[in-house]
Amino acid sequence: MKTATATRRQLTWARRRRAVAKFWGDYRQNRAGLFGLAVLAVFVLSALLVPWIVGEDALSVTRPAGEPLQPPSGEFWLGTDRSGRSVLDLILWGSRVSLTVGFAATLISIAVGSLIGILAGHFHGWLSGLLLRVTDWFLVMPTLVLAVALAAVLGRSLSTIVIAIGVTSWPTTARLVRAQTLAVEARPYIERARALGGGHWHVMTRHVLPNVMPIVLAQTTLMVAGAILTESTVAFLGLGDPTVPSWGSTIQAARDTGAVSSGLWWYILPPGIAIALVALAFTLCGRAIEGVLNPRLRNR
Amino acid sequence: MTELPPSDAVPHLDEVRDRGDRGARGRDGDRLRRTTAYLGKRLLGAAVSLVAVIFTSFFLFRIIPGDPVRVMTHGRPVTIEQKEALAREFGLDRPLLEQFVSYLLGVLRFDFGESFQYNRPVLSMVGERLGPTMLLVGASLAISIALGLWLGVQGAWKHGGTADRVNTGVALTLWSVPSFWLGLILIVVFASGLGWFPTSGMKTPGVTGFDAVLDVAHHMVLPLVTLVAVVYAQYLLVMRSSLLDEMGSDYLTTARAKGLRDTEVKRRHAVPNALLPATTLVFINVGFVLFGAVLVETVFSWPGLGKLFYEGLSVPDLPLVQGLFVIFSAAVILMNLVSDLIYPLIDPRVRP
Repeated sequence: MKTATATRRQLTWARRRRAVAKFWGDYRQNRAGLFGLAVLAVFVLSALLVPWIVGEDALSVTRPAGEPLQPPSGEFWLGTDRSGRSVLDLILWGSRVSLTVGFAATLISIAVGSLIGILAGHFHGWLSGLLLRVTDWFLVMPTLVLAVALAAVLGRSLSTIVIAIGVTSWPTTARLVRAQTLAVEARPYIERARALGGGHWHVMTRHVLPNVMPIVLAQTTLMVAGAILTESTVAFLGLGDPTVPSWGSTIQAARDTGAVSSGLWWYILPPGIAIALVALAFTLCGRAIEGVLNPRLRNR
Repeated sequence: MTELPPSDAVPHLDEVRDRGDRGARGRDGDRLRRTTAYLGKRLLGAAVSLVAVIFTSFFLFRIIPGDPVRVMTHGRPVTIEQKEALAREFGLDRPLLEQFVSYLLGVLRFDFGESFQYNRPVLSMVGERLGPTMLLVGASLAISIALGLWLGVQGAWKHGGTADRVNTGVALTLWSVPSFWLGLILIVVFASGLGWFPTSGMKTPGVTGFDAVLDVAHHMVLPLVTLVAVVYAQYLLVMRSSLLDEMGSDYLTTARAKGLRDTEVKRRHAVPNALLPATTLVFINVGFVLFGAVLVETVFSWPGLGKLFYEGLSVPDLPLVQGLFVIFSAAVILMNLVSDLIYPLIDPRVRP
């Protein structure tokens, strides 16, 4: 008995390893996807290591490292901001904020979206109808306007932004997951599982969820890009936490300082490039994953 | 928008179905009934969405903030008497249900109350600012659609080529750039740097006649470029992938076999069919474009609704933001409705 379970587990893991290897083999064909992955690796690494590379005192406004608004030099590669902090250090710390917000908001959105999508696809009747109505209700709202209004009403903090983005962006995921759930549940092996006595919970977690995950993964990568852009936008509109140096709030600070009229390019250029690079990297990865999952899309 | 493909290109599925299970008699009456039902369903759906938006806006701006007066006067020196006077002015001392009913009745009469920071009716402020936004959004939509669809068609028809790869790459990059930042960079380079364009606003005071038109156009160049840059990518990508989907279709082989030239096959057969998803996107995308306008108007001090929204947010001026929220949402719902109503006209397959 014991050996039998061990073999089954081994078989499962062998199958999973093969699936991952095949996925990676397909993904590797996409040069843009590899570029995106490399860029992401750099940013994630710097976000993780920044406390050791730079140290938290780089963010101190009261004891800044240099003079305010200095152009790039050997000491400050990207110059200094209005209070004399190194812009490069701000960007490095900002990567932490932007990636955290991006991932956290996406996590909320994906979790809510998958749950509602699977429930709406699995059950029929009033529950599914109600969930679909709620999804449609959120879908017609101008998402970004809603997110910004929510952030304005809830008060200024990072968690507010995370909630505002998460709450407003789940309906697309829900739609996608529901469609995939319906497609999966039409297959004969679901009927077999039901005939063998599998309940709702078993069917949803053991059969539907694993089949929905790949699409959710592609959606996740695309959504992180959107969430990072939204975060920077909310911060730029002055609704972010002013004490946290996110990329968006750095741009806003640069604008307030008059970077636009007096040409302080080193202050305003780097945060925008960082946002664009990360958003582009996530988008490229998402498209590459979509291409792997759906070969029809591969020559897009 | 475009001519429909010749009827041999796309089979009229409903006609096939009609011929199959119904006699010729009673078909017209049937179709009328189905069309009315379709129309009614869509109109009802839009009305329900609109009611949902009004509910949401009340919930969002009256209930979530807890005490709206405290939120609006945050960081300002106000006495308790002033706060109480404000609460009375906004009707916050009455029961919640009564507040909701009066809000609902107000919205139905397009009365969104008075702005907190300007002490003027929200509606008249919206009226003043509507024109500039319509101009900016309309012009940028027209350019984005034309540019995006054209580049998308070129890209798909010669997919994998250098031009295609460059165009897709540029579009994806511009899509990833925050629009407000792009606007600021354009100001740094072309307005305060090279001095080619004005840095902000829409008009130079004192300019009249035909010169005023040119003046507005001159002011509009940079905002327009910014908005188009972030919007056109979606049209390009959708048009491109939808045309790629059509490229393998049998009817294109038939068209070629008939001896049509390549451009004819593209123009008369492939593109009209591939346009369908792009057409829906044009309407569904309006929410995204509107939000782009909020940022672009803020950056360029364009005197439109988006800048008004920003002015409201920074206080926060709840009645103003609430009114604009309802108006923006209503615009999106209206555009979705238009898309639903137009789609059967251009695609016979989904005709009711």
